[in-house]
Amino acid sequence: MSADRVSYTLDSTLETVNNAEETAGRMAADAGFDEEEIMKISMAVREAAVNAVLHGNAYDPSKKVTLAFERTENDLVIVIRDQGKGLDPGKIPDPLAPDNLMKTSGRGIFLIRSFMDVVEIHPSQTGTELRMIKHVHGNPADPKEAPQ
Amino acid sequence: MSMKSSTRQVDGVTIVDLSGRITLGEGSVVLRDTVRDLLSKGQKKILLNLGDVNYIDSSGIGELVSAFTTAKNQGGELKLLNLTKKVHDLLQITKLYTVFDVKDDEAVAVKSFSK
Repeated sequence: MSADRVSYTLDSTLETVNNAEETAGRMAADAGFDEEEIMKISMAVREAAVNAVLHGNAYDPSKKVTLAFERTENDLVIVIRDQGKGLDPGKIPDPLAPDNLMKTSGRGIFLIRSFMDVVEIHPSQTGTELRMIKHVHGNPADPKEAPQ
Repeated sequence: MSMKSSTRQVDGVTIVDLSGRITLGEGSVVLRDTVRDLLSKGQKKILLNLGDVNYIDSSGIGELVSAFTTAKNQGGELKLLNLTKKVHDLLQITKLYTVFDVKDDEAVAVKSFSK
Protein backbone atom coordinates (compact mmCIF):
# COMPACT_ATOMS: atom_id res chain seq x y z
CA MET A 1 0.00 0.00 0.00
CA SER A 2 1.41 3.38 -0.90
CA ALA A 3 1.62 6.14 1.65
CA ASP A 4 -0.90 8.98 1.58
CA ARG A 5 0.23 12.33 2.91
CA VAL A 6 -1.54 15.64 3.34
CA SER A 7 -0.31 18.80 5.03
CA TYR A 8 -1.80 22.14 6.04
CA THR A 9 -0.30 25.53 6.86
CA LEU A 10 -2.40 27.23 9.49
CA ASP A 11 -2.62 30.56 11.28
CA SER A 12 -1.82 30.86 14.98
CA THR A 13 -5.43 31.12 16.06
CA LEU A 14 -7.96 29.30 18.20
CA GLU A 15 -9.79 28.41 14.99
CA THR A 16 -6.71 26.44 13.93
CA VAL A 17 -6.98 24.36 17.11
CA ASN A 18 -10.58 23.44 16.32
CA ASN A 19 -9.82 22.78 12.64
CA ALA A 20 -6.85 20.58 13.52
CA GLU A 21 -9.00 18.51 15.86
CA GLU A 22 -11.77 18.08 13.28
CA THR A 23 -9.32 17.19 10.53
CA ALA A 24 -7.60 14.64 12.77
CA GLY A 25 -10.96 13.06 13.51
CA ARG A 26 -11.69 12.69 9.80
CA MET A 27 -8.23 11.30 9.07
CA ALA A 28 -8.51 8.81 11.91
CA ALA A 29 -11.94 7.69 10.73
CA ASP A 30 -10.64 7.26 7.17
CA ALA A 31 -7.77 5.18 8.55
CA GLY A 32 -10.28 2.80 10.11
CA PHE A 33 -9.91 3.58 13.81
CA ASP A 34 -12.87 2.96 16.08
CA GLU A 35 -14.78 5.74 17.83
CA GLU A 36 -12.73 5.67 21.02
CA GLU A 37 -9.42 5.73 19.13
CA ILE A 38 -10.70 8.55 16.93
CA MET A 39 -11.48 10.57 20.05
CA LYS A 40 -8.00 9.94 21.43
CA ILE A 41 -6.26 10.87 18.19
CA SER A 42 -8.31 14.02 17.66
CA MET A 43 -7.75 15.06 21.25
CA ALA A 44 -4.00 14.47 20.98
CA VAL A 45 -3.92 16.64 17.88
CA ARG A 46 -6.03 19.29 19.61
CA GLU A 47 -3.58 19.39 22.53
CA ALA A 48 -0.62 19.55 20.14
CA ALA A 49 -2.28 22.39 18.25
CA VAL A 50 -2.94 24.26 21.50
CA ASN A 51 0.72 23.95 22.37
CA ALA A 52 1.78 25.16 18.93
CA VAL A 53 -0.61 28.10 18.78
CA LEU A 54 -0.41 29.28 22.40
CA HIS A 55 2.92 28.22 23.80
CA GLY A 56 4.91 27.98 20.57
CA ASN A 57 3.74 30.79 18.37
CA ALA A 58 2.00 32.73 21.17
CA TYR A 59 -0.82 33.77 18.79
CA ASP A 60 1.77 35.67 16.68
CA PRO A 61 0.00 36.31 13.35
CA SER A 62 3.32 36.25 11.50
CA LYS A 63 4.00 32.68 12.63
CA LYS A 64 2.39 29.61 11.15
CA VAL A 65 1.56 26.12 12.31
CA THR A 66 2.05 23.23 9.92
CA LEU A 67 0.08 20.05 10.38
CA ALA A 68 0.75 16.91 8.37
CA PHE A 69 -0.94 13.51 8.29
CA GLU A 70 0.65 10.47 6.70
CA ARG A 71 -1.08 7.13 6.35
CA THR A 72 1.38 4.29 6.04
CA GLU A 73 0.66 0.59 5.91
CA ASN A 74 0.66 0.22 9.68
CA ASP A 75 0.45 3.71 11.10
CA LEU A 76 -1.19 7.08 11.10
CA VAL A 77 1.70 9.54 11.49
CA ILE A 78 0.90 13.10 12.51
CA VAL A 79 3.46 15.90 12.61
CA ILE A 80 2.76 19.39 13.92
CA ARG A 81 5.30 22.19 13.85
CA ASP A 82 5.35 25.69 15.24
CA GLN A 83 7.75 28.60 14.84
CA GLY A 84 8.27 29.35 18.50
CA LYS A 85 11.29 29.28 20.76
CA GLY A 86 11.40 25.51 21.02
CA LEU A 87 9.93 23.34 23.75
CA ASP A 88 12.50 21.62 25.98
CA PRO A 89 11.05 18.14 26.68
CA GLY A 90 13.27 17.90 29.76
CA LYS A 91 11.50 20.85 31.35
CA ILE A 92 7.97 19.54 31.01
CA PRO A 93 6.69 19.02 34.56
CA ASP A 94 4.98 15.77 35.53
CA PRO A 95 1.30 16.69 36.00
CA LEU A 96 0.80 13.63 38.22
CA ALA A 97 3.40 14.77 40.77
CA PRO A 98 1.70 15.75 44.05
CA ASP A 99 2.93 19.33 43.76
CA ASN A 100 1.49 19.64 40.27
CA LEU A 101 -1.77 17.76 40.64
CA MET A 102 -3.86 20.85 41.34
CA LYS A 103 -2.22 23.08 38.76
CA THR A 104 -4.58 24.51 36.17
CA SER A 105 -2.32 23.79 33.19
CA GLY A 106 0.48 21.49 32.07
CA ARG A 107 -1.47 18.37 31.10
CA GLY A 108 -1.37 18.66 27.29
CA ILE A 109 1.80 16.69 26.54
CA PHE A 110 0.83 14.13 29.17
CA LEU A 111 -2.50 13.51 27.44
CA ILE A 112 -0.81 13.27 24.03
CA ARG A 113 1.56 10.64 25.41
CA SER A 114 -1.36 8.80 26.99
CA PHE A 115 -3.36 8.66 23.77
CA MET A 116 -0.73 7.99 21.10
CA ASP A 117 1.60 5.01 20.63
CA VAL A 118 4.75 6.99 19.85
CA VAL A 119 5.44 10.63 20.68
CA GLU A 120 8.62 12.46 19.73
CA ILE A 121 9.39 16.08 20.54
CA HIS A 122 12.05 17.74 18.41
CA PRO A 123 12.81 21.30 19.56
CA SER A 124 15.04 23.64 17.59
CA GLN A 125 15.83 27.35 17.40
CA THR A 126 13.20 27.72 14.72
CA GLY A 127 10.40 25.99 16.57
CA THR A 128 9.17 22.67 17.86
CA GLU A 129 8.19 19.62 15.87
CA LEU A 130 5.92 17.13 17.58
CA ARG A 131 5.61 13.76 15.84
CA MET A 132 2.89 11.35 16.89
CA ILE A 133 2.14 7.86 15.70
CA LYS A 134 -0.93 5.69 16.18
CA HIS A 135 -0.71 2.10 15.02
CA VAL A 136 -3.61 1.32 12.76
CA HIS A 137 -4.11 -2.23 13.95
CA GLY A 138 -2.82 -1.79 17.47
CA ASN A 139 0.63 -2.94 16.33
CA PRO A 140 2.68 -3.14 19.54
CA ALA A 141 6.03 -3.14 17.73
CA ASP A 142 7.07 0.31 18.89
CA PRO A 143 7.67 1.40 22.46
CA LYS A 144 5.26 3.91 24.03
CA GLU A 145 7.71 6.70 23.46
CA ALA A 146 10.72 6.86 21.19
CA PRO A 147 14.04 8.25 22.48
CA GLN A 148 14.39 11.99 22.15
CA MET B 1 -21.03 22.64 19.78
CA SER B 2 -20.08 25.24 22.36
CA MET B 3 -21.00 25.00 26.01
CA LYS B 4 -24.29 25.99 27.62
CA SER B 5 -24.83 26.58 31.29
CA SER B 6 -27.96 26.98 33.40
CA THR B 7 -28.39 27.04 37.16
CA ARG B 8 -31.11 25.92 39.57
CA GLN B 9 -31.45 25.80 43.33
CA VAL B 10 -32.19 22.62 45.28
CA ASP B 11 -32.18 22.71 49.10
CA GLY B 12 -29.57 25.46 49.26
CA VAL B 13 -27.33 23.88 46.66
CA THR B 14 -26.77 25.53 43.29
CA ILE B 15 -26.83 22.94 40.56
CA VAL B 16 -25.13 24.05 37.36
CA ASP B 17 -26.31 22.04 34.37
CA LEU B 18 -23.60 22.13 31.73
CA SER B 19 -23.81 20.81 28.20
CA GLY B 20 -21.46 20.74 25.25
CA ARG B 21 -17.69 21.04 25.30
CA ILE B 22 -15.44 22.44 28.00
CA THR B 23 -12.44 23.38 25.91
CA LEU B 24 -9.96 26.19 25.49
CA GLY B 25 -11.88 29.33 24.61
CA GLU B 26 -15.60 29.77 25.04
CA GLY B 27 -16.34 26.59 27.01
CA SER B 28 -13.72 27.26 29.65
CA VAL B 29 -14.75 30.91 29.91
CA VAL B 30 -18.41 30.03 30.45
CA LEU B 31 -17.52 27.65 33.27
CA ARG B 32 -15.13 30.15 34.88
CA ASP B 33 -17.60 33.03 34.71
CA THR B 34 -20.48 30.91 36.00
CA VAL B 35 -18.59 29.69 39.07
CA ARG B 36 -17.14 33.12 39.86
CA ASP B 37 -20.58 34.71 39.52
CA LEU B 38 -22.12 32.19 41.92
CA LEU B 39 -19.37 32.65 44.50
CA SER B 40 -19.65 36.44 44.28
CA LYS B 41 -23.36 36.10 45.11
CA GLY B 42 -22.56 33.99 48.13
CA GLN B 43 -23.79 30.77 46.54
CA LYS B 44 -21.00 28.55 47.77
CA LYS B 45 -22.50 25.07 47.51
CA ILE B 46 -22.02 24.26 43.87
CA LEU B 47 -22.82 21.01 42.08
CA LEU B 48 -21.59 20.86 38.49
CA ASN B 49 -23.80 18.52 36.49
CA LEU B 50 -21.57 17.26 33.67
CA GLY B 51 -24.03 14.69 32.36
CA ASP B 52 -24.32 16.44 28.99
CA VAL B 53 -20.66 17.41 28.70
CA ASN B 54 -19.45 15.22 25.88
CA TYR B 55 -15.93 16.56 25.54
CA ILE B 56 -13.30 18.21 27.69
CA ASP B 57 -9.69 19.05 26.87
CA SER B 58 -6.71 19.85 29.10
CA SER B 59 -7.84 23.48 29.35
CA GLY B 60 -11.25 22.30 30.50
CA ILE B 61 -9.66 20.02 33.07
CA GLY B 62 -7.63 22.98 34.27
CA GLU B 63 -10.82 25.03 34.52
CA LEU B 64 -12.46 22.36 36.68
CA VAL B 65 -9.42 22.38 38.97
CA SER B 66 -9.53 26.17 39.10
CA ALA B 67 -13.25 26.16 39.94
CA PHE B 68 -12.73 23.59 42.69
CA THR B 69 -9.82 25.51 44.21
CA THR B 70 -11.53 28.89 43.93
CA ALA B 71 -14.66 27.60 45.66
CA LYS B 72 -12.63 25.95 48.40
CA ASN B 73 -10.53 29.06 49.00
CA GLN B 74 -13.72 31.06 49.48
CA GLY B 75 -15.11 28.63 52.03
CA GLY B 76 -17.33 26.88 49.52
CA GLU B 77 -17.77 23.38 48.21
CA LEU B 78 -17.78 22.30 44.58
CA LYS B 79 -18.73 18.78 43.56
CA LEU B 80 -19.19 16.98 40.26
CA LEU B 81 -22.28 15.07 39.16
CA ASN B 82 -23.00 12.57 36.36
CA LEU B 83 -19.64 12.25 34.64
CA THR B 84 -19.74 10.86 31.12
CA LYS B 85 -17.33 8.02 30.40
CA LYS B 86 -14.98 10.32 28.51
CA VAL B 87 -14.77 12.83 31.34
CA HIS B 88 -14.53 10.05 33.93
CA ASP B 89 -11.63 8.43 32.05
CA LEU B 90 -9.82 11.74 31.69
CA LEU B 91 -10.09 12.47 35.41
CA GLN B 92 -8.83 8.97 36.12
CA ILE B 93 -5.70 9.20 33.98
CA THR B 94 -4.89 12.67 35.31
CA LYS B 95 -5.35 11.34 38.87
CA LEU B 96 -7.97 13.99 39.59
CA TYR B 97 -10.87 11.62 40.08
CA THR B 98 -10.08 11.18 43.76
CA VAL B 99 -9.43 14.89 44.22
CA PHE B 100 -12.93 15.87 43.19
CA ASP B 101 -15.99 14.75 45.09
CA VAL B 102 -17.83 12.91 42.31
CA LYS B 103 -21.47 11.86 42.61
CA ASP B 104 -23.81 9.99 40.29
CA ASP B 105 -27.13 10.65 42.05
CA GLU B 106 -28.43 14.20 42.27
CA ALA B 107 -30.46 13.77 45.47
CA VAL B 108 -27.57 12.05 47.25
CA ALA B 109 -25.20 14.73 45.98
CA VAL B 110 -27.40 17.57 47.28
CA LYS B 111 -27.66 15.95 50.72
CA SER B 112 -23.89 15.46 50.88
CA PHE B 113 -23.21 19.20 51.15
CA SER B 114 -22.52 20.46 54.65
CA LYS B 115 -25.48 22.17 56.29
